[in-house]
Amino acid sequence: MAVNLKTLTQNEDLLSGGHRACAGCTGSNILRQIMLTAGKDTVVGGATGCMEVVTTIFPYTAWRTSFIHSAFENCAATISGVETAFRSLKKHGDLPVQREKMNFIAFGGDGGTYDIGIQSLSGAMERGHNMLYVCYDNEAYMNTGIQRSSATPLGAHTSTAPAGSVKQGKEQNRKDLTRIMVAHNIPYVAQTTPYHWKDLATKVEKALAVDGPAFINILMPCTVGWHFDTAIGMDIAREAVETNFWPLFEVENGVYKINHKPKERLPIADWMKKQGRFKHLFKPGNEHLLERSQQHIDSEWSKLLKLEEMTQG
Amino acid sequence: MEQKLVALSGNEAVAYAFKQAKPHVASAFPITPQTEMMHKYAEFVANGESTTEMILVESEHSAMSAAVGSAAAGARTFTATSSAGFALMWEIVYIAASLRLPICMALVNRALSGNINIHCDHSDSMGGRDAGWIHLFSENAQEAYDNAVMSWRIAEHMDVRLPVMVNYDGFIISHTADSLHMLPDDAAYDFIGKYKHAYTLLDVENPITVGPLDLTDYYFEHKTSQLAAYAKAAEVVQKVSEEYGALTGRTYEYCEEYKLDDADMVMVILGSSAGTAKDVIDDYRAKGVKVGLLKIRMFRPFPAKYIADKLAGRKAVAVLDRSASFGGFGGPVFTEVRSAMYGQQVPLHGYIYGLGGRDFDLGQVATVIENLKKVAAGGRVEDINLLGVRL
Repeated sequence: MAVNLKTLTQNEDLLSGGHRACAGCTGSNILRQIMLTAGKDTVVGGATGCMEVVTTIFPYTAWRTSFIHSAFENCAATISGVETAFRSLKKHGDLPVQREKMNFIAFGGDGGTYDIGIQSLSGAMERGHNMLYVCYDNEAYMNTGIQRSSATPLGAHTSTAPAGSVKQGKEQNRKDLTRIMVAHNIPYVAQTTPYHWKDLATKVEKALAVDGPAFINILMPCTVGWHFDTAIGMDIAREAVETNFWPLFEVENGVYKINHKPKERLPIADWMKKQGRFKHLFKPGNEHLLERSQQHIDSEWSKLLKLEEMTQG
Repeated sequence: MEQKLVALSGNEAVAYAFKQAKPHVASAFPITPQTEMMHKYAEFVANGESTTEMILVESEHSAMSAAVGSAAAGARTFTATSSAGFALMWEIVYIAASLRLPICMALVNRALSGNINIHCDHSDSMGGRDAGWIHLFSENAQEAYDNAVMSWRIAEHMDVRLPVMVNYDGFIISHTADSLHMLPDDAAYDFIGKYKHAYTLLDVENPITVGPLDLTDYYFEHKTSQLAAYAKAAEVVQKVSEEYGALTGRTYEYCEEYKLDDADMVMVILGSSAGTAKDVIDDYRAKGVKVGLLKIRMFRPFPAKYIADKLAGRKAVAVLDRSASFGGFGGPVFTEVRSAMYGQQVPLHGYIYGLGGRDFDLGQVATVIENLKKVAAGGRVEDINLLGVRL
């Protein structure tokens, strides 16, 4: 079914206002968009992290669907348990309300997904549970104070890999988790951003419709950790796509499709300039780091083009 | 109730006990010596004898996490592990208890690493003794089976709603063929009853939030309400055990007494070693030595007053721990029993024995009894002693 803004906005908002997300947070926006598409028949699991903390401070909850948080690294395993319980209770006629299908969505930040939760995620995907795992990737451990993760891009300043007089922020490139998920040969894997609402909603709809596990990696520009004005989070998300830093693509049953190919890709330096976390890269002597970033992005993009060509065959 | 006499290993016996509850979900990850239990269970499922959905996870951490998810969704759920597997679960073991989820788990006791060792001691269970689970210990396959059947009733009692761990000694019980009486499936299920959830994530019309952030303003109150559950749990263990006794003829209490009534000297012990101790006690009794045994079945909640009453007025008490508390004053059982005995003038000393599956033999029991005799006669032995080790 084609995603339509008019119907989407008429759906029930399942994440209430009044949660404690920062001003300018794009994460709560991601959750709301997902839930507008998923609807009420959904159980949500949250890994420890920003979005879990800001939505469920006892005695309050922002969730209008059932929600479970257990720990940092185990959201995928926890939701795999919920999903299995659903199948078993259904089979035995023991559900509180008999129904054919429910949605099971686990979400975690990049720390809870790329790093500490990758084993639990990999296991759940391999086992084939009927669940969607969403990573909201803000490229560092924002909830604990902006520490570097394996999703942090080269050169970014974080509290554990700061820019100083000797070191210039993170010294490694980011890990490509989306492709690791593709390697699980699950029916649906995608990347998107909250700016591309239609793309996001379509991907959530597809992910929830497949029989088996699905994974969506969503870039979540973070005003606090990336150091940009609270008003421009969505612009940052859009430009991440226009620079090919964060391509919009999906992999359905192994077939790659790039959903948006920028007519003219913008230089990565333009995007970095708007974020305080990269400020030091523009100092004289650090030109090579900007070049290295650009080369990495261009080489990843050309790989992606080849993968699309190869798999569309 | 007529019951079949069967020959099974402890692992097989517990697999049957779990199957008889018709659980909705089981999560499992292999670790010796627990593996055979889940092999047996997987066979039940493969042959259609059980309709349990199994989640074959990639680690014990995920086994407990999936069990938490399943139980929070309102499904009857169990898992099993040993040693390092339990240690890996540890974070989520606390969460299962805090969320008041009635998960049952077989903990096939095995030494913790390092060095790595696959044989029996109680360091795994003792490492998790403050996590909020009910800990039941078993002397043999019969007791492991009985504890496992009862574990559902205890965990799922609406006044309890806490996870229960059925402990039985790795290899000694888990892999040894033993004769035991098993309830017929129908009778076991009638005793256990159909599962009723206290809450579920799956009721779309009544959504709930489980596991929120709980700060300085509420966390303590929540822990206080959890603390209150353990007194209830102890009552329920007693009640369920009595009911089970009426059904099967096998009665259980918090502890088993063996030749305790008139005993001047008492050994306190857990698990399979009790059988060895009983044998030697018989020999000493034949010689007129008034020695008896108190075998602790329920270690958590710790029945402090009950144990203090049983040991009151004795001339000497020896507490045997199959685990060490590194840097502590004796093993965990010793410190608990000694604390329970505070204010009483009963001489009490402790032993650490059997680490990493070191055989607990007749000679070691005799050593303990000789020491008890010495203390009872006004002599002294060290507070904490090691048994069966080359020094």
